[in-house]
Parts: sequence; structure tokens; C-alpha cells
Amino acid sequence: MDVTIQSGFSAAAFEAALAAAQEPGWLRDSRRAAWRSFLDLAWPARDGEEWSRTDIRTFKLDQFAPLLDGPVPSVEPAGLLRAGVDLAGRLTAVNGRITAVELEPAWQQRGVLFGNLSELLSDHEALLRPYLDQPLVPPSYDRFSALRAACWTAGQLVYVPRGVVVDQPLHLLSVIGDGAADVSQTLVVLEEGAEATVLCEMEGITGTDAGLHCGALDIIVRPGAHLRIVNLQNWGQGTWHFAHQKAVVQRDASLQWTIAAMGSRLSKVNQHVELAGIGASSQVNGVLFTEGKQHIAYHTLQHHRAPSCRSDFLYKGALQDKSRIVWRGMIKVDPKAQQTDGYQRNDNLLLGAQVRADSIPGLEIEADDVRCTHGSTSGRVDDELVFYARCRGFTRKEAIQTIVTGFFQQIFDRITIESVRDALALAIARRVREYA
Amino acid sequence: MKPTLSIRNLHVAVGGTPILRGVDLTIRYGETHALMGPNGSGKSTLGLAVMGHPNYEVSEGTIDLDGQNILEMTPDERARVGLFYAFQRPVAIPGVKMADFLRHATTNVRNPQRQEGEELIPMRVFREELRTKMEQLKMDAQFARRYVNDGFSGGEMKRAEILQLAMLQPKFAILDETDSGLDADAVRLASQSIAEIGREKMGLLIITHHDKLLEHNPPDFTHVMLGGRIVESGSAELAEELHRYGYERIRRAYPEADAQNRVMAHEEVA
Ligand SMILES: Nc1ncnc2c1ncn2[C@@H]1O[C@H](COP(=O)(O)OP(=O)(O)OP(=O)(O)O)[C@@H](O)[C@H]1O
Ligand SMILES: [Mg+2]
Repeated sequence: MDVTIQSGFSAAAFEAALAAAQEPGWLRDSRRAAWRSFLDLAWPARDGEEWSRTDIRTFKLDQFAPLLDGPVPSVEPAGLLRAGVDLAGRLTAVNGRITAVELEPAWQQRGVLFGNLSELLSDHEALLRPYLDQPLVPPSYDRFSALRAACWTAGQLVYVPRGVVVDQPLHLLSVIGDGAADVSQTLVVLEEGAEATVLCEMEGITGTDAGLHCGALDIIVRPGAHLRIVNLQNWGQGTWHFAHQKAVVQRDASLQWTIAAMGSRLSKVNQHVELAGIGASSQVNGVLFTEGKQHIAYHTLQHHRAPSCRSDFLYKGALQDKSRIVWRGMIKVDPKAQQTDGYQRNDNLLLGAQVRADSIPGLEIEADDVRCTHGSTSGRVDDELVFYARCRGFTRKEAIQTIVTGFFQQIFDRITIESVRDALALAIARRVREYA
Repeated sequence: MKPTLSIRNLHVAVGGTPILRGVDLTIRYGETHALMGPNGSGKSTLGLAVMGHPNYEVSEGTIDLDGQNILEMTPDERARVGLFYAFQRPVAIPGVKMADFLRHATTNVRNPQRQEGEELIPMRVFREELRTKMEQLKMDAQFARRYVNDGFSGGEMKRAEILQLAMLQPKFAILDETDSGLDADAVRLASQSIAEIGREKMGLLIITHHDKLLEHNPPDFTHVMLGGRIVESGSAELAEELHRYGYERIRRAYPEADAQNRVMAHEEVA
């Protein structure tokens, strides 16, 4: 078959990849169905609310190389979250291909599945099929979800069996280089009473790479299970990032989800937490830091479907240069979800003179016995604080760095993983520049 | 010769409005000066101008430290050559722990040549010193872990300013109503602490409306500010007189300055 991988996501490339992959028939069928949706759908239009603030007219899919055996650059990505941490397992993906997987044998013996989803599928088809048959965000949602469902190559799995408590973090690191595409499907399942900490980290090879990431993260936390998960998005600053992330938290289960978005040229992320069983609880800590001409859009939904659940979403953003943050939050409470405790907040610190932050909180409440609060603020660094710190010997730059770090501290205080806290604080402090 | 802070014919305006109209003041290392004066006379303005607050424009005059013109320096450079101002109204820096703030401040002030990004004072050494100083000030150890002035009571803020004075050991310190908002016991403790930290070990300019602070720190000189000028200087007795009888005599003796002061303080002209 004479397919060149440089030709973008063509039908021929799709078929060639399908032929090479040797996947079960049902998965091929669903990939084909998704491919048809992909062909039928147009890219999201700007007239709808979801994309009205996020302009992707300059995004050209055929500039990116997908699917087939392109050369995988031999890089040793470091990641910010690996240093000095004892890990239960580590996975590396380069340009949409899983290149390395390690899991401590002790966890292997206890039935933890960790690694390349496509490979694990052959031995655990019955277990995994339902998740792939019914992904949390359906392929038909939009053209990106269709593309992902049809073409994913970077399949990543974390599966923790009933009652197993994995007490060291599992680290998933993805890197993309210039011109490469990473189409990914990540699946995290904690069975009843299981516990785990999962660190997902994305970085560019050089920091400026223009790549494409289109991915889904499906998280299922079964009754009484406890998951801490971190998404550190630190793609190169030329990269397009389109992600659908959804977690379902069941009865008496808990989810602590920390997201840090610092990379990419443009990010559009849908983050959705469904409180699906009585007593489920979720906390989301979002750290957004933008500079240059970066555009980062988060559309978040905390959906209360069962009574007595908690959701507590706090996002803080700081913007430099000409960058932009769009945050749209929604708390949705179903009629039967009484005794809901919902909270959402987004605070932005405007550092550059030409930045823009759009913050749109929202509530949609159909139960009558609930407590839901929301709010958002945007403001500049207070010159009086800078002066105070300078009177105590801080240079202007140090004063601003300190004030910005302090601004994020409220979020860092909520993050219970020390290494993550420290890595984020350092990464942000390094990026803060001086402003006149 | 002892280090000297000398202010000559200082004129300062805020947003184009003149506030200080020719202030002359010389403080030598080891001396304690009291600066008094009615509300709105320009005392805090003097302190902020000495530190180089960007909104306070110096239109005339000089400020020298040991013959070095400090008006060209940024606020942090002024801190590093040994100037300190205890704010009348300190500001909160949410999310920044007192200890971290002070470690950075202390490092910079003690190593004026330090470049951004260079090592801070070793944590252990710093912690030990901070602990000792906090004990001397009878401050709870918990204080160091709180965010700078965030949610502090008025009294706590003033004590935090004294702690910073103790850590930074400047050559010259301007204490702006560091005794206000403190209860009777706290005022006594603060006064004693300032005497221990500062007396004879720096040049002190104490701005106050009360007499307690000066009881423990008897001034070598007292200055009275009215309408943006120092209209009278004297000994400790002048401070006592003002505490006892108020500013009536001064206002009468300097009607022009009094009128200026009333305009500045938005009072009805008598
Ligand atoms: N940033 C500013 N903006 C506008 N006006 C100012 C500013 N700072 C000072 N002023 C004015 O300058 C005058 C002197 O103020 P300053 O704070 O120096 O007085 P003060 O002597 O310290 O008074 P107090 O005893 O009440 O503390 C006042 O009329 C005040 O309103
Ligand atoms: Mg004052």
C-alpha cells in the first residue's frame, strides 16, 4: 500500500492503519463508524456557544502526520512530575506511539493493568470491551471526538482491581514533536474500594513544537474507590490540544482531580465530572498559566445525578503577554439529586496589558434542597503589594513572582501530592516575567 | 563619621497635588527622632517618599544616605542600602507565608549584591534565627506559617512589621504609627522590643500619636509636621508638650502651614 504518512488523515491512511493494527472485529467496526462520523461532521462552528470564543480557523488537520509507522524520535522525555518520586509504574508515549511501559511486579501480581491499551486488549477483551464500546464521550459529540474514536493509537490503560490500594503514583508521560499527531484514548478504572494516584503529563520535545493532540480521558471510579489524578498539560507552544475528559464517580467514591494547563498554542478541553452515586465526592483544582499568544479554553461540567454528592471546582489562571483564557463552568443538578453541595469558582490574574480572560460560571438546578455557589474574579497585580515587597528588598520581578505564586497557593494548598505541588509552583515561578 | 540620612528641601506631590513643601531632616545613626503632627500633615508621605513609592513624585530637594543620592534608586535598592519603613497600613499578600517572605527579604537585604535566582539563606539557619526573634517578640510560632498580613488583626500587623524590622536590621528605620491598634500590653511589649532592636543600633524616626512608644524610646529630637513642612523641632519635651496640650499652640504659631494642613486634610478653614 503506497500511503505516505505526511498526507494527513486520509481515508487510505485510515484503512492502512486499520489493516496493520490487528484489532478485534468489533473495535474495527466502531472505528469505521467513527470514521464515517468524522467524514460527515464539519469542524465546530463559531456560532455555537461552545466555540464562539475559541477560533480554530487556522487549524489544518492535514499538517499533521498520523497513524502509520513514522519514525519515532528517540527522546528521553523527563517530565516535571517524575523527579524524585518513587513510582508504581511509568508509561511513555512519543508522537502517539507507546514506547515504554514499566509496572512494578508487585502490582502486576495484584492484578493491576497498566500500559498500552491496544496490547492489553488482547488478553482482557471481555473486561475492556464495554469501555471502548461505550466511551464516556460518544464519537458523535463533535468532529474531534469522531477523529479520536476512529484514529486513536496512543491507548493508555490504568485498571486497579477491587480493593487494591496502589500507594505509589502511576505516571503516564506523552510527548509530541513538531508536526506529529498524538491521538489518544486514556482509560482509568478503579474498581470498588480501590485507590490510586495517576499522574498524566504531556510535554513538547523542544517546548515550541507544533503538534496535534486530540484525545479522550475516561475515568471510572466505582463505589468506595478513591482516585487522585493529575493532568499536567505542558505541550510545546505550537501544539493544538483538543481533549474530552470525563469522570464518573459512583457511590461513596471520591475523585481529586488536579489540572495544570501551561502549554499548547490553543487548548480546548471539556472537563466533565458526573456524580453518579449517593455520597460521591469530587474536587477539581485547576491551574492555568498562559503567555505569548496562547489560548486555553476550559468548559467544565459538574453534573449531580445522585443525592448527597459534593463537587468543589476551583480554577485559577494567570495570563501574560497577549494570551487568553476562556473558562465556562456549569453545575447541573438533576431533580433527584437532593442535598447537593456544589461549588465552582474561577479567579484570574491579568499580568499582561493585552491579555483577556472570559469567565462564565453557570448553574442549572432542578432539585430544591441544594447548596450551590459559584463565582469568578479577574484582576491585575496590585501595585501596592509590589511596592510593599520591594520595600523589603524584593526586586520588581521577584515581587511579582512571589505574588503570582501566592495567588496559586490556595490551589496548591488543596493538592495533597507534595511532588506535584512543588513542581507546579516551580514551573509557574519560572515563567513569570517582569512587567512594566 | 556616623552614617547619616539627610533630607533637604523635600517637595513631594501626589497626582500633581503638592503634599510635602520643603522638608529638612537629618538623622544620624544611633539617634531616635520623633515625628509628630496632626492627621493629614504629611508624615506617612515622608516615609513613602523615602522608600520611593512610585505615586509620590519628588519635585524638588534631595535625600542622601551617607552622601549617596537615593532618589535615583528603586525601592528595593533603598531597602538594600539599609532603609526601612514600617507601614502605617501594611498590605496583605495572600498565599505567601511570612517565613518564606522574610527569608527572601532577609537574604536580599543582607546580600545587596545578590542576583535574582541565587541561593537564599540556608533554611535551617534562617529558621533558627526567625524562631529566636519571634520568641523575643513573644510571637506564636504559628505566625510564621500564616500568609503575609492576610487576615491579621491590626495589632498582629504591627507586630509583624516589628518582626521584619528585627530581621532586616536596617541602618535607618521609619516607624509609622507602629503603636496604633495595639492593646496596652502589646504597646508596652512593642515599645520595649523596638528599644532593644533599634535603639543605638540604627537611626530611628518614630511617627506616633501616643506617648507610650516614646516613653521607652525617648527621642533625642522631636519634629512637628504641619501642612507638609517641619515647622518646629525640639527635644523630648516638645513631644511631651504635644501629647499633653495638642497642636493648638503650633497651629496658631504657623497659621500658613495650618491653613495648608486644613486644605490637605479637607477640613473647614477656621
Ligand atoms: N496616595 C494618595 N493619594 C491622594 N492623596 C494622598 C495620597 N497620599 C497622601 N495623600 C494626601 O496627603 C496628605 C498627607 O497624607 P499623609 O498620609 O502623609 O498624612 P499623615 O500625616 O500620615 O496623617 P495621619 O496622621 O492621619 O496618618 C493627606 O491630605 C492625604 O489625603
Ligand atoms: Mg500617616
